[in-house]
Amino acid sequence: MTSLDPLRLTARQAKKLLVDGEISSAELTKVYLDQIETVEGKVRAYILVTADNAARYSTKVDREMQAMRGPLAGLPIAVKDNMVTEGVTTTCASKILANYQPVYTATAVRQVWEDHVVVLGKTNLDEFAMGSSTENSAFQVTANPWDLSTVPGGSSGGSAAAVAAGEALWALGSDTGGSIRQPASLCGIVGMKPTYGAVSRYGLIAFASSLDQIGPLTRSVYDCALLLQHLVGRDPRDSTSVELPEPIALPSAERLDGLRVGVPTEYLGVGIEPGVRARFDEALARIEDLGGSIVEISLPHTEYALPAYYIIAPAEASANLARFDGVRYGYRCADPEDLTDLYERTRGEGFGPEVKRRVMIGTYALSAGYYDAYYGRAQRVRTMVRRDFDRAFAEVDLIASPTSPTVAFKAGARTADPLAMYVCDICTIPANLAGLPAISIPCGLSDGLPVGFQLIGPAFSENRMLEAAHALEGAVGFDTAPSFKTSGPRPEAAGWTPGEITYRPEDAQS
Amino acid sequence: MISEDDVRYVARLARLRLEPEESSRMTGELAKILAHIDKMSELDLDGVPPTAHVLDVVNVTREDKERPSLPREEALRNAPAVSDDCFRVPRMG
Amino acid sequence: MTGAANSGWEPVIGLEMHVELDTQTKMFCGCAVTKGDDPNLHTCPVCLAHPGALPVVNRRAVEYAARIALALNCTVQPRNIFHRKNYFYPDSPKAYQISQYDEPLATQGWFEYWVDGEKLRCRINRVHMEEDAAKLVHAGGEAGRIAGSDYSMVDFNRGGTPLIEIVTEPDIPSPEAAREFLQQLRNVVVELGVSECNMEEGQVRWDANVSVRPAGSEELGTRTELKNMNSFRYLQQALDAEIPRQIEALEAGEKIEQETLHFDPDTGTTTPLRSKEEAHDYRYFPEPDLVPLDVDPAWVEELRATQPELPAARVERFMEQYGLSRADATVLGSAGALAGFYEEVVAAGAGAKPAANWVMGEYLAHLNTAGLEAGHGHVTSERLARLVQLVEDGSVSTSAAKEVFAIMIEERAEPEAVVDERGLRQISDTSELEAIVAGVVAGNPAQVAQYRGGKQQVIGYFVGQVMKASGGRANPQVVSDLLRRALDA
Repeated sequence: MTSLDPLRLTARQAKKLLVDGEISSAELTKVYLDQIETVEGKVRAYILVTADNAARYSTKVDREMQAMRGPLAGLPIAVKDNMVTEGVTTTCASKILANYQPVYTATAVRQVWEDHVVVLGKTNLDEFAMGSSTENSAFQVTANPWDLSTVPGGSSGGSAAAVAAGEALWALGSDTGGSIRQPASLCGIVGMKPTYGAVSRYGLIAFASSLDQIGPLTRSVYDCALLLQHLVGRDPRDSTSVELPEPIALPSAERLDGLRVGVPTEYLGVGIEPGVRARFDEALARIEDLGGSIVEISLPHTEYALPAYYIIAPAEASANLARFDGVRYGYRCADPEDLTDLYERTRGEGFGPEVKRRVMIGTYALSAGYYDAYYGRAQRVRTMVRRDFDRAFAEVDLIASPTSPTVAFKAGARTADPLAMYVCDICTIPANLAGLPAISIPCGLSDGLPVGFQLIGPAFSENRMLEAAHALEGAVGFDTAPSFKTSGPRPEAAGWTPGEITYRPEDAQS
Repeated sequence: MISEDDVRYVARLARLRLEPEESSRMTGELAKILAHIDKMSELDLDGVPPTAHVLDVVNVTREDKERPSLPREEALRNAPAVSDDCFRVPRMG
Repeated sequence: MTGAANSGWEPVIGLEMHVELDTQTKMFCGCAVTKGDDPNLHTCPVCLAHPGALPVVNRRAVEYAARIALALNCTVQPRNIFHRKNYFYPDSPKAYQISQYDEPLATQGWFEYWVDGEKLRCRINRVHMEEDAAKLVHAGGEAGRIAGSDYSMVDFNRGGTPLIEIVTEPDIPSPEAAREFLQQLRNVVVELGVSECNMEEGQVRWDANVSVRPAGSEELGTRTELKNMNSFRYLQQALDAEIPRQIEALEAGEKIEQETLHFDPDTGTTTPLRSKEEAHDYRYFPEPDLVPLDVDPAWVEELRATQPELPAARVERFMEQYGLSRADATVLGSAGALAGFYEEVVAAGAGAKPAANWVMGEYLAHLNTAGLEAGHGHVTSERLARLVQLVEDGSVSTSAAKEVFAIMIEERAEPEAVVDERGLRQISDTSELEAIVAGVVAGNPAQVAQYRGGKQQVIGYFVGQVMKASGGRANPQVVSDLLRRALDA
């Protein structure tokens, strides 16, 4: 058996090794479980590691490999802890769900389960997916493996860090305003948000219903396409899910001849760090080298996308989170005096500060007298943002931008000012508002930290986007292995060690 | 902009118990956020329809056919308090 | 109490009716819609509002809702969407109800109904779809009330049942009219086959908005709301209490507060509901988990073409087809089961009018006594038809027939068999009766002389004698005729 480098191994390579009999699924799984043992104390990407289950299941896959020959069989995966998994506690990184035992499994997760992936565990996130650094988790702070004193991004920071740190081969995340792409960018891996409706949301704990999508975080664009193939499909349990007009294809392009890539001027004036800008421009040059052409375009309503998002998402969230009330599941405050006390204290004690802020904004924006000024207006801005994209895509095939204006920032640097945190998503939010697919691939380092390159496409253009990303990836040649250095004080551990746990009694309320 | 009274009203609507210091801190934070959001009022949006759904999909419905329900133990499994096979809540009056 | 007694004031009443549909499954999930089962046997992640669960619309519920809308002459909108109505209550697990707001299924219809022989029309503002709440039971308080309770229990079996809301304009002029309106509207909904509208089970409930204004005024006064009633009697009593209270208050110079009231049937008074729910700020916004419903006009036409016959139309038809009075047609034609039974009796050969009398009379009395539904009595339509025909052709007298009917009920027997066994067949054969008449006339010369002398009423004595001689079986009408002929000769 060759010695595998979990920091560089792709699913494509791993699958070949499995199929060629060079490694078993159990051995492959052990590589990741060992890596978790080694680095998880520093990275803390996982809320829950299901080591025993993973070991057992991978052994079963080996035994029944004949029957389990599918493309994903035997490959270990991590799942963001906002997708319900029957039999495995799902917390959404919130105290209010610390003891929640799901009674069903999310469709997207079930689809990959049925393809015999080996689930390594549930990864950390910003509480209820609200955040851009994973610092809003109620349980622990995740560190970026490229520099352990910095954040991995958010809200899928745990999934991104796990993949980057070699603690998972690949992972599932969710993206509402950039929550897959931005952490992928900060952690130097690939992350993609599909077209809205492409992947079922049934079982994804809802943050903003009209914006949320599940998507892959992987070490390569090919891996991303492979995983995406098994996530998509119309689900009768999700009225907003649709069948893709064509199946996802595995990319192979090495050239970009004839591809017109638009760069919106508005995305380049929003506090983009010089190092990020430099790597971005270099990637654009590569596109031209490969035969593509760069076109300057305008998306004039870009600056209004952030404010619109920060009405729409909290408004929908305020309703989606209202069900957490201590009646049917989850946390309940001690000795409630009456119903009102039950509601107010359960939610006051169970939710963290960022969640409360967003629930408050959302409730306010929808309240009597304010609907037209806030929510009504934001939905109209949304229309303008969509129209901007429609017009642009009449001229260009794909749109390019930096994924995040900055590289990974120091833990604690933005927690004092919510707005400072919100602007992390300035380049990613518009694609969510318009329901468009978008992917982030690493395009270089700045000050030793990864820079992400984003492509946005028209609805259902996943294949074209994956091909373009694949070709660019080949030209960039980014090495996804992080350095695990620490350039400053590390975020404090929350008093947890890796190991098999399905239930955390000290956090659960009975 | 948003006053602390507004914040208390909204907290009640959202059933969130805020401690006094939380309430005053949040007033400041929300005011800042809302000031930023007010940027949207610059735009003339006359005649622009709202986007309630990004998908161009209509008429998704299902057949009126029974599917298995959860066994009661499953339904009650996560319940913080149970009484006579029902979810129990404190006095409402 | 009618409007006329309110000395210069007139009541203005609007109603909101909620109807639970008889679909197999709930509005947004595949759990069965059931009645009376043990708690929490019919739930799932969707109707329990587990994290990540999503709703999917039940298309039969949409069809049923559209049928109600068509029966109320509404315009079925080409596009309708769902909204979230946000409020916290233990019977609402998502803390929002999926309902409809400013783009409902149907708008602007009307319903004609009869009050004391007068036809009234009430405009319908809208018909929309939503989901029912779960069931709450309060423990420790008096008579299961919230006030004074120690804790409450939630059963989610009912939660998510499809609910149709029908809202009227404030066109209803009196408590009696309100009661008639609701009863007749309920009949329509039952006729459509979309709900049994069982009131004890709470399958149909209503709220009433009531205000008063000076008689003849066009302006609306401040209204109060009486919520969640499921008995006609209760509604009428509540309105009969509230209307005078408002009049009294206004005459004393007070203002009416817009509030929700509770009616206490024991004291006969209305009092404001002390509600912990403050401002009902529902924060409606379009439901992002559901897509719009674009209604195909061809589908609407197909529904219209396949609507069952509704009571109003059937009553008109009965008047025309069977020559019945409006009153009779209303008794027979309002409800499908009885109407169907009546029509079977006529189809089996009975005359329309006699059949009407028998069905409205003896048959309905039997159903009431035995507590049975029309068509499920102990006498089939076919047998009743034959009994009616026996009376029509003179084989049995009406009074004898009633006896026969009673026996038919008890013994589940055929009418002819009963008649023959008990020798109840009336003698109508002229030749047979002529002989008896002749005998009686011959045997009572004194009375004959009296009759011929001018005392016409003596004929009663002769009829009695003939009846005696025939063992009570002579057809009195034929006997009368024959006697007159014999005596006048």
